[in-house]
Amino acid sequence: MADALIIGEIADGEASSSTLECAAAARMLGTARVTALLAGQDAAAAAPSAIAGGADAVLTVSSGPAADGEFDALVDAAQAAAAWTSPAYVIGAKTLTGRDVMPRLAFRLGTALAADCSALALDADGRLLATRPTYGGNAEATVVCLGSPSVASLRPKSIDAPAPDASRTGDVEELPVDASVRTRTLERVEAASEGVRLEDARVVVSGGRGLGGPEPFAQLQQLADMLGGAVGASRAACDAGWVPSSYQVGLTGKTVTPDLYIAVGISGASQHMAGCGNAKTLIAINKDAGANIFKEARFGVAGDWKLALPAFMEQLHELLD
Amino acid sequence: MPLHIVATAKQVIDPETPLSAFRIENNRVDAAGNMAPVINGYDEQAVEAALRIKEAAGDAVVTVLSYGDDFALDVIKKPLAMGADSLVLLQDPAFVNSIDPTLAIAALAAAVRKLGDVDLVVSGRQASDWDNALVPLGLAETLGWPVATIGRKVDVQDGVVRVERVLPDGHEVVEAPLPAVVTVSNELGAARYPNMRGIMAARRVQPTVWSAADLGLDPAAFAPAFELVALVKPERAVETELISGEDDADAGRKLALRLREERII
Repeated sequence: MADALIIGEIADGEASSSTLECAAAARMLGTARVTALLAGQDAAAAAPSAIAGGADAVLTVSSGPAADGEFDALVDAAQAAAAWTSPAYVIGAKTLTGRDVMPRLAFRLGTALAADCSALALDADGRLLATRPTYGGNAEATVVCLGSPSVASLRPKSIDAPAPDASRTGDVEELPVDASVRTRTLERVEAASEGVRLEDARVVVSGGRGLGGPEPFAQLQQLADMLGGAVGASRAACDAGWVPSSYQVGLTGKTVTPDLYIAVGISGASQHMAGCGNAKTLIAINKDAGANIFKEARFGVAGDWKLALPAFMEQLHELLD
Repeated sequence: MPLHIVATAKQVIDPETPLSAFRIENNRVDAAGNMAPVINGYDEQAVEAALRIKEAAGDAVVTVLSYGDDFALDVIKKPLAMGADSLVLLQDPAFVNSIDPTLAIAALAAAVRKLGDVDLVVSGRQASDWDNALVPLGLAETLGWPVATIGRKVDVQDGVVRVERVLPDGHEVVEAPLPAVVTVSNELGAARYPNMRGIMAARRVQPTVWSAADLGLDPAAFAPAFELVALVKPERAVETELISGEDDADAGRKLALRLREERII
């Protein structure tokens, strides 16, 4: 039986949700032993959450540039973890960090990354089958990984991780890493975020090119506030400068999986749908009845949002009162 | 010595191809009709970033590298029309557009080494066909150069590249010594349109063509990391209910009522 290595991440002192998804994916493959790498000053404290989430062992890197989150050092740490565990499969999340670290790790291990996968499986010979969006989400490719190890990154929220099992036990060991950093982080500026985080919101109200300018986003914010949700946008609206790029939902933006996704003035290009296609219920308001969004939406109004949206909000206000 | 900047540019199927014209047959994507290919949008922005660095540096040259087995010359010459100094096509029957990046990385790395004096490679964050986002990182690893990805601003000064990277909720500034590889994202801003003078000048330039042999590569020596086994249009089984009313406002009201009926809100 083959072993798996998870290149994990820490969020709020615990193994991140996408790390637990990777562990769940490794378990679903039927791997014998799952080891998770966690780098960060609080890695040892976070280790039990990774074990509860499906890891059999945790390698921690608690100090040095990898613990500080420098990508170069994280690649070194991941490479050291792979040398330590000799896995058949290496899986990491396609997050801000994984987007850089996982491809570089794969190249160092003599192969290439199956990137941004929505599903992982094994073929009859135990080779990794990785399914991923391509062509801006217009096509879905499945590749068979030929490398040893096989390396894949998992698109966050692609699979449901089972509830953590606190009774699970496992070894925690500090991994010595000889890291070097050439690309240095000088400063990091987090945009001030108010209210519900877009990625965590149960309701997302998104606007696109059809809104025609930045002003209507105030209305979308009102609607989001009424429903306790957050506001998102299509790439077109971000590129036009109507809202910051942090609002972008899509293949190259954020992935959201709310209970309700309300798309206003969004045509529904595959690029956008790749970020919101897993919403439980999608509703759309768009002038163009032929827009792709109406092939994806459960409910829709093919009409002028300037008329439909205020009436929708007014009626909603009555219902919620 | 002038600063030597390489921009990589991939010829791709137009990502604006309407879904109805987007066809997949035998694990290959084809656009129905005569849809012209385009340069990957992020790569146009890589050329733009290279030209901005050149303008700031004064003494700099921009070479464009493109990997492929077949090129539409009027398309792939666009970076020249935008203001790049030269174009090198890495063209060989073996350089097919594969989801596996192994050979493309090897060819680009060989070309950078053959150019010899490259200070900076700028690439688009990913190509709009395979959406891999692997080649620039593989190039950096192969060359042993530092890398910074998803830049919205790239500046070179005193042998150091400084990149403002786009984060999901903000930005960060990173710095790396040259030579280095940098990728740029759409947040860089739109690429410039070629002007008439640039278009005329580009017409007169013949690209340099390097084959696998010219690069000292034996394509058969590069085992792929993965193989494509299926390429399909994703099926989304949604039954759409369009809500209509006396007018659009009435439809909006009815939409709210319908959502309540379904206990969605």
